[in-house]
Amino acid sequence: MEPLERYRPIVDEFEAFLAACDRPLGNAVRVNTIKASVERATAALEEDGVAFEQAAWNPRVLRLETDSPGSTWSSVHGFTHGQEEVSAVPPVVLDPEPGERVWDCCAAPGGKATQIASLMDDRGTVVANDNNLGRISALRFNAERLGATSLAVTNADARNYSLKPFPFDAFDRTLVDAPCSCEGTIRKNPDALDNWSEGHLHSVAGIQKGILRRAIQTTREGGTVVYSTCTFAPEENEAVVQHAIENEPCRVVDFDLDLEYAPGLREWNDETFDPTLERAARIYPHHNDTGGFFVAKLEVTAE
Amino acid sequence: MTDGDGTAAEDRDTGLESNVGQRFDRLPATAAERTVEGRASRREVLEYFEDRFGIPPETFDDYSFWEKGAGKIWIYAGEASSPVEIEAIGMTCLRTRQEHWKPTTDFVQRFGRHASECVIELDPEAARRFVAGEDQELEWDGDWGYLIAAHEIAGDLEPIGVGLYVHGELRSMVPKGRQREL
Ligand SMILES: C[S@@+](CC[C@H](N)C(=O)[O-])C[C@H]1O[C@@H](n2cnc3c(N)ncnc32)[C@H](O)[C@@H]1O
Repeated sequence: MEPLERYRPIVDEFEAFLAACDRPLGNAVRVNTIKASVERATAALEEDGVAFEQAAWNPRVLRLETDSPGSTWSSVHGFTHGQEEVSAVPPVVLDPEPGERVWDCCAAPGGKATQIASLMDDRGTVVANDNNLGRISALRFNAERLGATSLAVTNADARNYSLKPFPFDAFDRTLVDAPCSCEGTIRKNPDALDNWSEGHLHSVAGIQKGILRRAIQTTREGGTVVYSTCTFAPEENEAVVQHAIENEPCRVVDFDLDLEYAPGLREWNDETFDPTLERAARIYPHHNDTGGFFVAKLEVTAE
Repeated sequence: MTDGDGTAAEDRDTGLESNVGQRFDRLPATAAERTVEGRASRREVLEYFEDRFGIPPETFDDYSFWEKGAGKIWIYAGEASSPVEIEAIGMTCLRTRQEHWKPTTDFVQRFGRHASECVIELDPEAARRFVAGEDQELEWDGDWGYLIAAHEIAGDLEPIGVGLYVHGELRSMVPKGRQREL
């Protein structure tokens, strides 16, 4: 927990934040509307004898009161998919529509890619990419289990991604759920901070900048790019988005999200960020009793 | 049951190309438009689902079918160029190039609710054994071969997966990774 001390100046109610980081996280699932409506999925869970609570901000997210969410009929049928509550936020902010072309450039193991397909009623094209072949098998397994027929899987480095396999030259929307230092997953993985170092933050930030840059380049003018991480470090969040707005044609835009969160930062150590970065969301564990997340929404503008 | 991969190399004298393993090719609309020996056509796939399971062909109007490897058919709702070399395109739906075509568990779970024939309804105990991967003796008056095994859940029939019915026995084809002890 020691590395988190550096966030004392930016986190309100810092003791509550630390206490929340120390508490284990409950089980949550997302209803996979490709296979069942929320009504049908919850009825199946009731038959399974599993108690649950619907998240107020998103009726498709259920907090379960069970230790084995996988051994239920609703899981066998792919009506539900185990997914941390806060990890369901970025696809909601991306807000894809049926029929669109969407790129999830860091997609494995596929929780968000299949959620995107579900939000699109499984109509359109969801290109789920990851550079890690080992993780792609989990992505493929999840996509098939959840019945996502609109999803194509590619294995490439997002930083120099080519759209050659597809008969179009830009996406309508892109999700960059970037590799990161994962500080916000401490409640799920108590050893998440074991190998923490400031050097690591900076090296992963370099990768994040390269991926976000390519995401903006491959998204059409007027299209949407959502940048998210499960970490608190401003070096991997505001600084990466700041780099994008300085170097690529895009701007940070507002979004509605019915959860408690703090705005993005205007400054960190010696760095200052554009005022529009306050439109980003910093979701801390003590806000909604979830993991931690950062989400920013960008609109691609004319060159 | 084996997944008998027919090898395309045997087709040397037909003047048709052989199948390329690591890429996806869109199925030809009909057998007459076929350029790869042994490849199923879209029409044959639709006829199979209709003849065997009573699934109306219109169900698939907005989907394309693709082959990767010899006989593995994928169903896809999105856009892609053909041929295309990627990791996956939609989901696997059917195994052709063997005497009895065989749908996949994932396909049956996704589209099996459109079926009206060759659907065997299991009681709760039989359903539990089926998803655990067990074979079981069961009464069935219909055709032998691959069936859609379904059970009632939350007031509606829901397909679980594919079973092979022979000699009074239903063999569960649920793949290891999808089996569960419930
Ligand atoms: C936070 S995880 C993604 C989680 C996923 N979006 C989900 O919801 O299931 C980040 C992913 O980025 C992948 N990755 C790392 N560097 C990459 C790169 N240069 N190009 C593409 N993917 C990359 C990692 O393999 C990892 O699977």
